[in-house]
Amino acid sequence: MAMFDNPFDGSRRLRSGCACGKHDSQAAHDAAARVSRMDDEARYREITTSAVMRALFPDDVQRRGFLKAVGASTAAAAISTFFPIATATEVFAQTGKPEKTDLKIGFIPITCATPIIMAHPLGFYSKQGLNVEVVKTAGWAVIRDKTINKEYDAAHMLAAMPLAISLGLGSNPIPFAVAAIENINGQAITLAVKHKDKTDPKSWKGMKFAIPFDYSMHNYLLRYYLAEHGIDPDTDVQLRSVPPPEMVANLRADNIDGFLAPDNIAQRAVYDGVGFIHSLSKQMWDGHPCCAFAASKEFISEAPNTYAALLRAIVDATGYASKAENRKSIAEAIAPAAYINAPVTVLEQALVGTYADGLGNIKNDPVRLDFDPFPWESFAVWMLTQMKRWGQIKGDVDYAKVAQQVFLATDAAKVMKEMGLTPPATSTKTFSVMGKAFDPAKPEEYVGSFAIRRS
Amino acid sequence: MIGVRARAALLSAFIFLLSMVVWHMAVHGGGAGGPALDPEYAKLMGVQMAGAKSAMPGPLDVGAKLVEHLRHPFYNNGPNDKGLGLQLLYSIGRVALGYTLALAAALPLGFLIGMSELAYKALDPFIQILKPVSPLAWMPLALYTIKDSGLSAIFVIFICSVWPMLINTAFGVASVRKEWLNVARTLEVGPWRRAITVILPAAAPTILTGMRISVGIAWLVIVAAEMLVGGTGIGYFVWNEWNNLSISNVIVAILMIGLIGMILDQMLARCQRAVTFPE
Repeated sequence: MAMFDNPFDGSRRLRSGCACGKHDSQAAHDAAARVSRMDDEARYREITTSAVMRALFPDDVQRRGFLKAVGASTAAAAISTFFPIATATEVFAQTGKPEKTDLKIGFIPITCATPIIMAHPLGFYSKQGLNVEVVKTAGWAVIRDKTINKEYDAAHMLAAMPLAISLGLGSNPIPFAVAAIENINGQAITLAVKHKDKTDPKSWKGMKFAIPFDYSMHNYLLRYYLAEHGIDPDTDVQLRSVPPPEMVANLRADNIDGFLAPDNIAQRAVYDGVGFIHSLSKQMWDGHPCCAFAASKEFISEAPNTYAALLRAIVDATGYASKAENRKSIAEAIAPAAYINAPVTVLEQALVGTYADGLGNIKNDPVRLDFDPFPWESFAVWMLTQMKRWGQIKGDVDYAKVAQQVFLATDAAKVMKEMGLTPPATSTKTFSVMGKAFDPAKPEEYVGSFAIRRS
Repeated sequence: MIGVRARAALLSAFIFLLSMVVWHMAVHGGGAGGPALDPEYAKLMGVQMAGAKSAMPGPLDVGAKLVEHLRHPFYNNGPNDKGLGLQLLYSIGRVALGYTLALAAALPLGFLIGMSELAYKALDPFIQILKPVSPLAWMPLALYTIKDSGLSAIFVIFICSVWPMLINTAFGVASVRKEWLNVARTLEVGPWRRAITVILPAAAPTILTGMRISVGIAWLVIVAAEMLVGGTGIGYFVWNEWNNLSISNVIVAILMIGLIGMILDQMLARCQRAVTFPE
């Protein structure tokens, strides 16, 4: 990570790899390792100092020459006499005192919310000087209403919900934003054990499936999957909105034949012997977004510093959760009744990735659930195309504009940079869903290319 | 020879014991058998799959859970995990507030309707239409307009407990014996004094019947309302444990809900006995 190079190090080699392969050079690797050991203050000071040094001597060769001539510590001392590094560090570290430190954040008890939930017991919020209360909520409609009503300052939402709220689908149009994506992948199609011979989706006609919410990736992915196999999701099967935590109880009661839901719910169905995992969502689209950390535009503009501090906490927590070695302890931290309220082994199977599939096999996929905070605008465009495809959006929509307004990629990139992470250089990318390429620049053509659609 | 009361108590105890034994037997007979699982795989599965135990808890499991809850009824682990006692207090608080508001609205309105035929005829269609609406149907509307989930729950309690009280008050007031009112009129008692010294005592038993019905309904509804809005309360507790599929906790909650409901009902029954008069 070039971000953490020490510009006072005159002997830094310019090219060559490092031991772990993630950095340009061994020095960058060491720098990143050193930075991860530093406390925040030291890290911020260093980032500021290097920025100043680079600004003064933009040319690498010149800077090296200067450093070699006077020595690193003399250079630093010299610069600090005419440039107030201490003040600059302060300005950088405290992007400003949070306007509000007592916050309430709503969540649904599923593993998608892992960063939001674990940031509480593991202290990511308090590290940013925030006193956050994470409040478990009964369902997506309730979390939407409570966030709109300002009972919650920010909330865990399905990534499509802020788009729907901003467009006024299923509520009054209120400008909402996706500050960061929580998780990628991590969902599974689960069927009741009695259907264990019906693995071919073509045989699913007449079944009843549960999805968490109408405006969810789950809905769009399941519809996409069914339609690709020639099943019309509106006429051949029944799709029902059921809050994820209630799905297993419904599957047991035979109210539904299956569901596409977060991994901990799928795993719970397996754990209780009522269902089996048919396929993981990453088999449809590896790296798809699922849940988001969302807030109203009003909150963001009224309390920008609080928002920035929250975003830092979430990005930090997401980064921590994306590391495989932390997953086991995270499972233990979020299992108690105050958080997800589920057996630790169920959460561990979802987070660590060694899991029982419900048919007697043990499978292993460490990234069946992964975490990546960057809110790609292309994700929003894809969701909008599916909203359009299934008739949730009537009439025309400016895909790129809505995506840019709701998915705050620039803010996230800024915070990621501050945290010492490397955000992607662009906010759009192409990807493919079930082998079909998606180009965010041509959304209308994409919608038109499907045989089964409502618009 | 022992009295009926003692015999009834004995019979109750017998029924209780019998049902416990049947429950115990039923649970322990059920889950046994099934194919043996690979131990590695079994480790990833729940007890009912891995071992020979039924998913349904037995009376002993529930008893153990009950003792555990009664030992620490008021613990508080943050907003999402509170003791059973605290949750019950939250629910009772909501019911008390909604119910008191309903009482404050229903009594004067009921008097008005009962004393004036015009008001009765004018308000009757509204009451008839609104009365049969399930209180939970109000929830989305309440959440949308009041914009506060706690207040919405209280509003739902208010709206469900207002009707029985209103109707019973109106009925009680309207059916005060004509002779008593005539005596009052002969003695030139003013309308305020007549309402308080003649009509109120005469209608009190009917009003209290309405209040008793209302408190029963309010207690039924609070559980459902809290399951919807979540946060705190015994309804949230049931929902949270349902998510966790912890049936023993749900059964413990059911016992507690029944117990509190009975206590509320008995309190009003006692009041009712106090105001009842022999004709």
